[in-house]
Amino acid sequence: MRWPLTPRQEQAIVRLLLLFLTALSIFILAFIIFFILRHGLPVLSWEFLVRNPREMGKEGGIFSTIIGTIVLIILALTLATPLGVGTAIFLTEYTPEGRLTRIIRFGSECLAGIPSIIFGLFGFILFVTKLKFGWSILSGSLTLAFMILPTIIRTSEEAIKFVPQAYREVSFSLGGTKWQTVSRVVLPSALPGIATGVILSIGRSIGETAAVIFTAGSALRIPDSLFSSTRTMSVHFYILAREGISLSKAYGTAAVLLISILSVNIFTYYLMNRFLRKYS
Amino acid sequence: MISIEVKNLSVFYGSFQALKNINIKIERQKISALIGPSGCGKTTFLRCLNRMNDLIDEARVVGEVFIDGLNIYEEKVDLLELRRRVGMVFQRPNPFPLSIEDNILYGLKVHRINDPKIMEERLIKSLEAVQLWPQLKNQLRKNALTLSLEQQQRLCLARALAVEPEILLMDEPCSALDPIATARIEELMFELKKKYTIVIVTHNMQQAARVSDFTGYFLLGELIEFGETHQIFTAPADKRTEDYITGRYG
Ligand SMILES: Nc1ncnc2c1ncn2[C@@H]1O[C@H](COP(=O)(O)OP(=O)(O)OP(=O)(O)O)[C@@H](O)[C@H]1O
Ligand SMILES: [Mg+2]
Repeated sequence: MRWPLTPRQEQAIVRLLLLFLTALSIFILAFIIFFILRHGLPVLSWEFLVRNPREMGKEGGIFSTIIGTIVLIILALTLATPLGVGTAIFLTEYTPEGRLTRIIRFGSECLAGIPSIIFGLFGFILFVTKLKFGWSILSGSLTLAFMILPTIIRTSEEAIKFVPQAYREVSFSLGGTKWQTVSRVVLPSALPGIATGVILSIGRSIGETAAVIFTAGSALRIPDSLFSSTRTMSVHFYILAREGISLSKAYGTAAVLLISILSVNIFTYYLMNRFLRKYS
Repeated sequence: MISIEVKNLSVFYGSFQALKNINIKIERQKISALIGPSGCGKTTFLRCLNRMNDLIDEARVVGEVFIDGLNIYEEKVDLLELRRRVGMVFQRPNPFPLSIEDNILYGLKVHRINDPKIMEERLIKSLEAVQLWPQLKNQLRKNALTLSLEQQQRLCLARALAVEPEILLMDEPCSALDPIATARIEELMFELKKKYTIVIVTHNMQQAARVSDFTGYFLLGELIEFGETHQIFTAPADKRTEDYITGRYG
């Protein structure tokens, strides 16, 4: 090959290089998944899913931690979604772009960058000790809600801004009010984007350990009230692995975590596709 | 009879004055065309007539616009009712990504008209008015975005008609359409003017000459001349109008 390369040669080389990079990243991801599943799948069984842990998790299954995870996430989403979407609507539709919106946006961006362990500490100080909720589902879900709030605000805001201005104009020109326009035109069009933010947050919450262990504790019982302490799957995994209780159960938990995150994503794609077909 | 009377209307975007002291009387059930070079304020003017400029934060409107004798810029005016009475069709066909039926019924819903009989009646009537009913009556649940551009623009017109306006504002309604579709929309406008007062902005001078009864020429935010189309195109009073219509502008 002679220097300088012809555009055609350059093109061929770049293409090869990009292909290689893509293959590499896919390989790394696939390797991680393969590794976890290889060690985890043999542990999985129906028993593993529906039995409670015994002897600190050395024996038995992970049922109570599945329940803990689900309850915590549902509560966190129930708190954070209306709050976040409402904030996003206010910022994009109800206030002119200005100093106020910039400050709020900057604040929420900063919040997004804070390590989760700081949220854990904050939740511990405020909810667990100051407000005396103790290590509980309530403290844990409030903390998680604060943690995912910036993501929901940001993605909702982007989704709302992405809705063509023409739709709003038509609605107003027909005599629609602001709220009718927002609720009937803007939000339905922005829903796939908003849903993406919510899913991202589910992913982040499922995997969250630091913020949860400080606020929801790590009790292995099945929780019976908002004030019960609970243990999520990722906290369970962390404790099993770190304290050397049972590596095989840890891998089993990891496999369940992985599979649930994958299923959440696949399910969302399915829902979104159906929605998109209906709405556009 | 006069439908719209504009008195000393000026519009500012921040410190930029987009319209300068406009005075105009628009006749009921006639087509009035507004022509003029790009950026001269035609859209701005049109959007004053249904107060769509209220939506633009930096826009400031000074002056009076009377519709049937009522100044629409007065405090007590019901803005939503005003916009119901003054319908608008935009430059690009912009149906909602919903079914044909839901598009038409949107305006009824925002005005809380939910009697199924009235809804059905308006649906048929407005689709008939834009001559879409025969083609589409069996596919009302189809997504509006699957229609051709011309059909979409007709649908948008029908959507505006569904709330029973008296005035129709059209901002270059044919600019996204081919000549044949344009001709058909123009024919439709002749039909519509039997019932509606129409104000149309157009870049296309032949179109203004073909469809309109009155024509106004805007230049740099001023209304240079407004009068009967025939007179404007054959014996314009102002030299600047003459330059524009004979293509000597610029
Ligand atoms: N939202 C806005 N903010 C600031 N200036 C604006 C805004 N909208 C329009 N203008 C300015 O006002 C002037 C008139 O604009 P307008 O859109 O009314 O012109 P037009 O005659 O409709 O032009 P066109 O034929 O290109 O559609 C232009 O100079 C434009 O740049
Ligand atoms: Mg314009």
